[in-house]
Amino acid sequence: MTLPGASQLPIGAVVTEPGSTRRNTTAGWRAYKPVIHDDRCVRCQLCWLYCPEGTIVELRGVFQIGGRKYDVKYEVVYDYCKGCGICANECPTRAIEMVPEVV
Amino acid sequence: MRFKTLRDLPREELFAPGHRMCAGCGAAIAMRWVTKVLGPNAIVANATGCVEVTTTPYPETAWMHPYIHVAFENAAAVASGIEAAVKALRRKGRWTAGDTKVVVIAGDGGTYDIGLQSLSGMLERRHDVLYILYDNEAYMNTGIQRSGSTPKFAWTTTTPVGAAARGKVQWKKDIMGIVMAHRVPYAATASISHVLDLANKVKTAAEVRGPTFLHIFAPCVPGWRYPENKTVEVARLAVETGYFPLYEWDHGKLRLNPPSNNHLDKSKRRPLREFLNVQGRFNHLTEEEVAELERELDSYWQYLSKLASISS
Repeated sequence: MTLPGASQLPIGAVVTEPGSTRRNTTAGWRAYKPVIHDDRCVRCQLCWLYCPEGTIVELRGVFQIGGRKYDVKYEVVYDYCKGCGICANECPTRAIEMVPEVV
Repeated sequence: MRFKTLRDLPREELFAPGHRMCAGCGAAIAMRWVTKVLGPNAIVANATGCVEVTTTPYPETAWMHPYIHVAFENAAAVASGIEAAVKALRRKGRWTAGDTKVVVIAGDGGTYDIGLQSLSGMLERRHDVLYILYDNEAYMNTGIQRSGSTPKFAWTTTTPVGAAARGKVQWKKDIMGIVMAHRVPYAATASISHVLDLANKVKTAAEVRGPTFLHIFAPCVPGWRYPENKTVEVARLAVETGYFPLYEWDHGKLRLNPPSNNHLDKSKRRPLREFLNVQGRFNHLTEEEVAELERELDSYWQYLSKLASISS
């Protein structure tokens, strides 16, 4: 990364781009990654609720799982997941499994 | 309008990922929900602390709001100035952003200890500011030093455990009592484990005119010494054992919120041991020390029940 010179910085060296930490992916932090088994998911939203990074996203649509039909589905954005495992710990149906990352 | 179910909660994320908070950070969950519920029309003044250090690694920021970082001791004073400026511009017809809320975000060091005078001044001058305290019970980002919020007997790097010392010597300061003594219109405690309750309190506190205060319980993985997937579990145990009661001070009335409203009866609370046992910072406790903590907790609940019955 090349840093800007003193004359190129805005006054007060303020950060002008909101939410710019998105440039920094934190995927490399994790040793275990959460995998959602959609057939066991009952859409209680707890993983989405408690994720400290907001990496569990809610997809809208029609999802047919076995004999059941849901209007939402939860997926993990692995770019930012730090692998803390709160989602797997809170999941009431044990639908989230923490799988070791293989390099 | 209150949020009744999890489906009513806002979906838009206003706290960017990629910040450097620890995996499993309790304060990150708190910040995510505070920003979601506040919505985009807010100005944030952030005292030095974990959240400030980890969310603004120059030249990046995790914030999507207009944001200013100020020193430990003056976040509330800066927010007072912002609020006064917004008011003046509005009077002159030059404020076009509508109903903007000014919010302070500070940790327990910036609230209990260093920022207490500016918080008191802000409350006394009746600025229309929402003060949010995320309480992780020590100075975590500088390396786990004790603060006014650290509970008795807790291990920190400045209150070591050994033959001569048994962790922190003093009791935890009652910050809510200090805030309520300023006769603020609204103050509340919330926990990251009870998100619906937390979201409703952020909403109410943002809507009430005048100084409002929110005390959010946010467990810390490295400082409290528990596995990183247990953050929400620890926060939930704190509420269910009665260690951190959920209540709100609403225009002179104290109201206990579920599940703490059942906890006036001691038998409805889970044993305090369950909360202490999951954390490494309490590993050294003896039976007598746990009994002492339990006695103090009982007397705190008696104080709360008196306050609730006098004010109702």
